[in-house]
Amino acid sequence: MWVDFIIVAVLLLDLMMLSSSRIRNCIQIAAVQGTLVGLMPLFVESHPGALSPVVASFFSIFLKGVVFPWLLFRALREANIRKEVEPIGGYPLSLLMGVVMFAMGFWLSKRLLYPDPFVPALGAPVSFATFFTGVFLIISRMKAITQVIGYLILENGIYLFGAVFLGGQSLLVELAILLDIFAAVFVMGITIFHINREFDHIDTQKLSELKDIITSK
Amino acid sequence: MPAKIAQFILVLTLSPFLFGVLNRTKAFFAGRKGSPLLQLYYDIFKLLRKGAVYSTTTTWVFIAGPVVSLSAVITASFLIPWAGHPAVIQFDGDIILFIYLLGLARFFTVLAALDTGSSFEGMGASREMQFALFAEPALFLSLASLARVTGQMSFSGIFSTGVINFWPVYGPVFFLVFGAVFIVFLAENSRIPVDDPNTHLELTMIHEVMVLDHGGVDFAYILYGAAVKFWLLGTLLAGMFLGASSRGWMMDSAVFILQMSVLAVIVGVVESTLARLRLLKVPHFLIIALALSAVAFILTMRS
Repeated sequence: MWVDFIIVAVLLLDLMMLSSSRIRNCIQIAAVQGTLVGLMPLFVESHPGALSPVVASFFSIFLKGVVFPWLLFRALREANIRKEVEPIGGYPLSLLMGVVMFAMGFWLSKRLLYPDPFVPALGAPVSFATFFTGVFLIISRMKAITQVIGYLILENGIYLFGAVFLGGQSLLVELAILLDIFAAVFVMGITIFHINREFDHIDTQKLSELKDIITSK
Repeated sequence: MPAKIAQFILVLTLSPFLFGVLNRTKAFFAGRKGSPLLQLYYDIFKLLRKGAVYSTTTTWVFIAGPVVSLSAVITASFLIPWAGHPAVIQFDGDIILFIYLLGLARFFTVLAALDTGSSFEGMGASREMQFALFAEPALFLSLASLARVTGQMSFSGIFSTGVINFWPVYGPVFFLVFGAVFIVFLAENSRIPVDDPNTHLELTMIHEVMVLDHGGVDFAYILYGAAVKFWLLGTLLAGMFLGASSRGWMMDSAVFILQMSVLAVIVGVVESTLARLRLLKVPHFLIIALALSAVAFILTMRS
């Protein structure tokens, strides 16, 4: 019951993410989603010999709920931007794409063979949907910072899948991924700052023009 | 059978009362005393005594508009169950008839608005149709999800099974359906985040602008039709919290009327605390309802 509600909340946060234009809101949504996903190990039965769920949960909530938002907010302040530019297709279309991606995830999850039949039925579709949402954000959004957030959402999807299906066995792997992501967000925060300082904006569409400028000189 | 006739008459007589409750709630939030609870009844009776003036550019469509709309809405009220008791008419698939009766009412309101040849009414008509484009599928998908969860194909079937018993198992589905139907409810009844029933600025009006040229008896029909529609769609929301009927018809009816009044108060609170959306943002708001109902429908297919 509670697991179902958390999973559906994760899905709704995906949809909110796809339809919100303020980057501040996007960071908050990613933080809340990271926290909810981080709670999952506590609810799912863990395998014996795995890392303690409490430790894993605490570690991931600390990183995704506190450290990442803090880093991103700092990058946001330094880059001095508030709104994402209109994405390809506009926000309503991205919201509908979210539903389509959920349907796709649902279809995909019906096709998988599960080792353990006693898993929350919504786990797989929603983790696929979260995964797709992350990829979609990276593709459709223009600003570097929103693409970083897309990356975080993608990781939330992977984490959810691991927490629901592998019940603790995978948590060690998850923590390793988390560390990678931590480094990545840290580096990207610095990169965003530098892009912004050099070019007065962080629009990645414009980065492709760099080559032309150099060759023309 | 007497109970069925009684509940049909109750729907027709009580629906303007909900607007009284709603306006009282809004007045309370604004720090005013507010109009009497029965104000809409007074308005309707006053208008019924008046004659109507018809512009020379209008045709029979203009006169037919309010009449057809009101009769479509009243026909729809035959299909709506009362407090978990079966409706006067019930058959499998009456959900579709219900939605299209509301669609017919809207269609004739729009036609009558276009018939006046006024450009403002044309704007209102185009907006109404544009928003219906998103609201209607959302309502369809929500009702389809309810039908799938309860395994019933008619309104009376869905709402007499004691929908509240399904909440523990299908909690997320009901949560999403409630959200979607609530948004559709606000949009269809031209309530605040979508449309402001009190506004009289033509550039931003939606529903009110379409009925500007109606007067007298026709306008009474329109006001009354809106009140009945409010009740009918409200029944869908209140019905989601109904238990299986066991306490007898009188007791169930009392609880149900109380539920509907609470719904009116909730809408009043929403209207008092939210600002109107920008007109360009309204489709986005309705697409949220569409997305919620689509997700709910997909969730019902998991098992």
